[in-house]
Amino acid sequence: MIDIFKGYRGKALEILKKYNVRVWSDAEIKTTRGSFNGIILPRSENDDDWHIVLKLATGYNVGIDVNTITDMKEIGYKEAHYKIPEKKFPYTKGKPSVKLFGTGGTIASRLDYRTGAVIPAFSPGELYGAVPELANICNLQTEKLFAVFSENMGPDQYKKLAVAIGKEIEKGIDGIVIGHGTDTLHHTAAALSFMIQNSPVPIVLVGSQRSSDRPSSDAALNLIHATTTAATSDIAEVLVCMFGPTSDEYGLLHRGTRVRKMHSSYRSTFRTIGDVPLATVTRDGVQPIKPEYNHRRKDKKVKILPYFEEKIALLYYYPNMQPDMIYSLIDNDYKGIVIAGTGLGHVNKPLYPAIRKCKEKGIPVYMTVQTLWGYVHMFVYDTGRDLMSDGIIPAENMLPEVAYVKLGWALGQTGDSEKVKELMLTPIAGDITKREPYNGYLVYQGGIPEVEEFIKKVHK
Amino acid sequence: MNKKFDPKQNYETSMKRVGYIEREKATPKDYAKMGFKSGLEVHQQLNTKEKLFCRCPAGIYQDLQDYDAELIRHMRPTLSEMGTYDGTALMEFRTKKNIIYRIKNETTCTYEIDDTPPFKINPEALKYAIEISLLMHQNIVGELHITRKQYLDGSIPTGFQRTAIVGIEGEIPLEHKKVRIIQLSVEEDSCREVSDIGHERIYTTDRLGIPLIETVTYPDMLTPDEVMEAGQVLRFINRSSGKVRVGIGSGRQDVNVSITGGTRVEIKGVSHIKWLAKLTHIEAFRQKALLEIKETLLKRVSVPEKWQPTFKHLSFDISDIEYFPIKQAMNKGWKLIACNLPEFKGILSFFMQPGKTFADELEGRLKVIACLERPNMMHSEDMNPVFNKDMLKKRSTLLQSGDNDAQIVFWAPEEDMKTAMETIEERCRMAFEGVPNETRKALIDGTTIFERVLPGADRMYPDTDSAPIPIPDDEIEGIRQELPVELEKRIAQLKKWNVPEDCFHYILRNDLMPLIENIIHEQKVSPKWLCTFFGHTLKHIEGQYQPSKPFNYSLILNMIKYLQKNTIHLTILPDVITTLYQHPQMEFDSIIKLIKYSPKSEKEIVSHISSLHKMFMEIGFSKSTKSEHNWIMGQLRPIALGNMPLKKLSKSVAEYLTAEEQ
Repeated sequence: MIDIFKGYRGKALEILKKYNVRVWSDAEIKTTRGSFNGIILPRSENDDDWHIVLKLATGYNVGIDVNTITDMKEIGYKEAHYKIPEKKFPYTKGKPSVKLFGTGGTIASRLDYRTGAVIPAFSPGELYGAVPELANICNLQTEKLFAVFSENMGPDQYKKLAVAIGKEIEKGIDGIVIGHGTDTLHHTAAALSFMIQNSPVPIVLVGSQRSSDRPSSDAALNLIHATTTAATSDIAEVLVCMFGPTSDEYGLLHRGTRVRKMHSSYRSTFRTIGDVPLATVTRDGVQPIKPEYNHRRKDKKVKILPYFEEKIALLYYYPNMQPDMIYSLIDNDYKGIVIAGTGLGHVNKPLYPAIRKCKEKGIPVYMTVQTLWGYVHMFVYDTGRDLMSDGIIPAENMLPEVAYVKLGWALGQTGDSEKVKELMLTPIAGDITKREPYNGYLVYQGGIPEVEEFIKKVHK
Repeated sequence: MNKKFDPKQNYETSMKRVGYIEREKATPKDYAKMGFKSGLEVHQQLNTKEKLFCRCPAGIYQDLQDYDAELIRHMRPTLSEMGTYDGTALMEFRTKKNIIYRIKNETTCTYEIDDTPPFKINPEALKYAIEISLLMHQNIVGELHITRKQYLDGSIPTGFQRTAIVGIEGEIPLEHKKVRIIQLSVEEDSCREVSDIGHERIYTTDRLGIPLIETVTYPDMLTPDEVMEAGQVLRFINRSSGKVRVGIGSGRQDVNVSITGGTRVEIKGVSHIKWLAKLTHIEAFRQKALLEIKETLLKRVSVPEKWQPTFKHLSFDISDIEYFPIKQAMNKGWKLIACNLPEFKGILSFFMQPGKTFADELEGRLKVIACLERPNMMHSEDMNPVFNKDMLKKRSTLLQSGDNDAQIVFWAPEEDMKTAMETIEERCRMAFEGVPNETRKALIDGTTIFERVLPGADRMYPDTDSAPIPIPDDEIEGIRQELPVELEKRIAQLKKWNVPEDCFHYILRNDLMPLIENIIHEQKVSPKWLCTFFGHTLKHIEGQYQPSKPFNYSLILNMIKYLQKNTIHLTILPDVITTLYQHPQMEFDSIIKLIKYSPKSEKEIVSHISSLHKMFMEIGFSKSTKSEHNWIMGQLRPIALGNMPLKKLSKSVAEYLTAEEQ
């Protein structure tokens, strides 16, 4: 049955039924506050149940309090079809072929009346309708693997994605783009960095911080940058491609294991941590920053390792953390723990017995730093030495989320603690680096005169 | 056909054909004949402490060159809620502008640059908007829905303005009629433009986000004078709330004009109400001229769809031309394009607005759409032609022009060439249809230039970042209880007091009625005298002097209290206020000393009359009683001020002189 009262419930629904007025009808409404004419719009399910939404002739929406309605009449009907114009994506001989996998997120999206938020639009035709520039870059194929918001991406999706990408590479694709929500983009990037090894082509994860239903969205430019990278870049690694500055100027290519979302809403939210980004990308192409990276190859010899143990945890340590936090993980049969410790990698004394218990139970515990920048150094203080003798393994300069993903991936392959340790501490895709360049850590402090002078000179 | 075509002559003839007359000579009948109709959109900033959707301070302006950082954005059109693209959006996308925002820490946070979603709407602004909506007798909505109104010109970094309807369907009183109101919305103000040259437009974000209300009227105004009157009434009502910002740029109006057979054209950014009359007057005739052109063209071209301009690269040598724009273009390596417009002879120099022709319409669009700075073209009907005879001949040969055609030559960089050609063709095609739907920018001389294609309802989209806000009955009732007196009642009151009508405007514009009523109530002064003091004397003082600090009108009440308390007569008020206005922080005692007031009895003042009479007899050139009277008054005025009414003194002088004569 077609729902003719989309989203309305309770009192509002009663009123619509009483006067026999449907959603999308052109209606005249008489209220104690005067008359209102317009088209009845669907209502978001999360909004209250005593207002009716009306689109006025001027295009504005207003809500009418149902308690003020004295009469209502349907005088016409005009249903909206919100659809990004679909145009056939043109095939150009000689252009690289790129595969775009959709996972959800806001790369291209349209209005969802059910929630009042936006839902993704995705087919090549829709993308071409919205971002015609893509046709100048590559021949694009798309496949919608899932339609989940970023926060719902998990091990199952990582594995399916890795397998699907492996198949495309074997078929001879020139590059992969993955459209992804931004919240957990770096978790997926880390997972793919471990699950897909020795890739001969670039694998580029991309999202947008402003949904594509707004004129100033970063979606189109991010997508242009990502497809340019996938189609033309020599860097055959798992990359995250997002805005460098907040300006529409260039994107940065971050290594999948060294990247993190650092701001809840800025366009330039993704930053490489503990290193410099791999490259910048503009409409004109990719300009490497780091000279060392895996080069593009002609072969199709990719290794797909789609494993993941789900019973693992990432503990963000805080002063006064009680040992029962760890005991409960042991009692619930967790197979491994990553701790984001303070400073050089510390936790308080009361946790020690719990950590010893992990050792007894054969549950590996890895230490990372919540400072994000820098290495774990557990020899500097006695407390660190104590922790190590209790079985904690320092994870060098692996980012906490990356260590978490890597531990899940390692435990997915073996239960042997020693083998897990070997996998964990052997750098696979830049997850651990031998040295930290001095210009990796650059959290400049705003307000300082020389910083302000610099900010004024370049586009922010 | 051999007779030389004279563009100036053609301009004059076409102006007559259109029937253009000066506004001063036009009567309501003339406008009725044209079918003149006009509606207003009045923007008024609200006097809130903070901006509408973030917590930045409102009302602080920086120098245009003063900024801490810059960022750059581009705008792409997106679909409207009803699933279509907006025409303006597509046009703006074609112009491919780099939009640069200059930001300053003091007035800009991450919200203005669209790097943070909106915070909850400023409740202070919403309350003020409801109040003004009620003053215009509108139906207040049950729930406020924040809507995105697309603006791809970059004036708002998000690409849209967040706006919400507060009330619909109201009315305002003009002297002889009522004007209906379509709606009132509360919205965020846009950026201020710093410059717009070529493909680069620069904005500053200080004004961005300041709460404002937009009131839209029906096209009920039938003459330019009515438009101006409606503008004034809306301003009076806004100001009567006491909740709006005053000063330069705090109130701006857009005005819509159409005539029979024409179409709705919107003139944007009129900063002075008194400009409205001339602007709408000229626009009405511009539309009339376009309709005349349409008629001419349709007579010449039977199937407009088949009409086709031709474009050719200018291949012959023009290197000895001294005309600077062309020299400059050639130095930059730009191409010159010649264009033939079949059957367009006499159209390019056809009257459009005083001093402007149809060619200016093309030039304006080339600037906005193809980003070509003016002058960007020349044509066969230029008043001051650039090409010599030989070049003209070559041009005709190149284009294979017919006798009844017109020609254009323009210059552009390679990348803008296509847009420029499309723009010329598009605008010429529109000439067959009459008046294009567009928004135009107001110029000081009352003429307008093309700004952009008129946007429609298609550019509206619900704001997915914010939830609807219910406006319950008790909230409205609460605000209704505190409403100021209605404008109509205020005017009736002034009339009842016999206040001269030329005082009304000043009093209402500055929302002085509450203060005046207060003074009358507390200090028992004559309403007529007081209102005249405000409407004439104070207005004059304001026009003559600059205050060192903002002058608060309530100081006048304090001064009157002070004078009454010290039994100083109010005749001194103009003199003390002149000083007080310039130095609002000066102590009242000092002002009194400064203007050299000293208390004297009436008797003492009057006693000087006899000696002054004697003096006049000795030194006066004229022996007339009237000049003697004036001279004596002049001598005594300084000591009489504050001590006795001047009328009374004048009477004493007259009595003395009459007695002397007899």
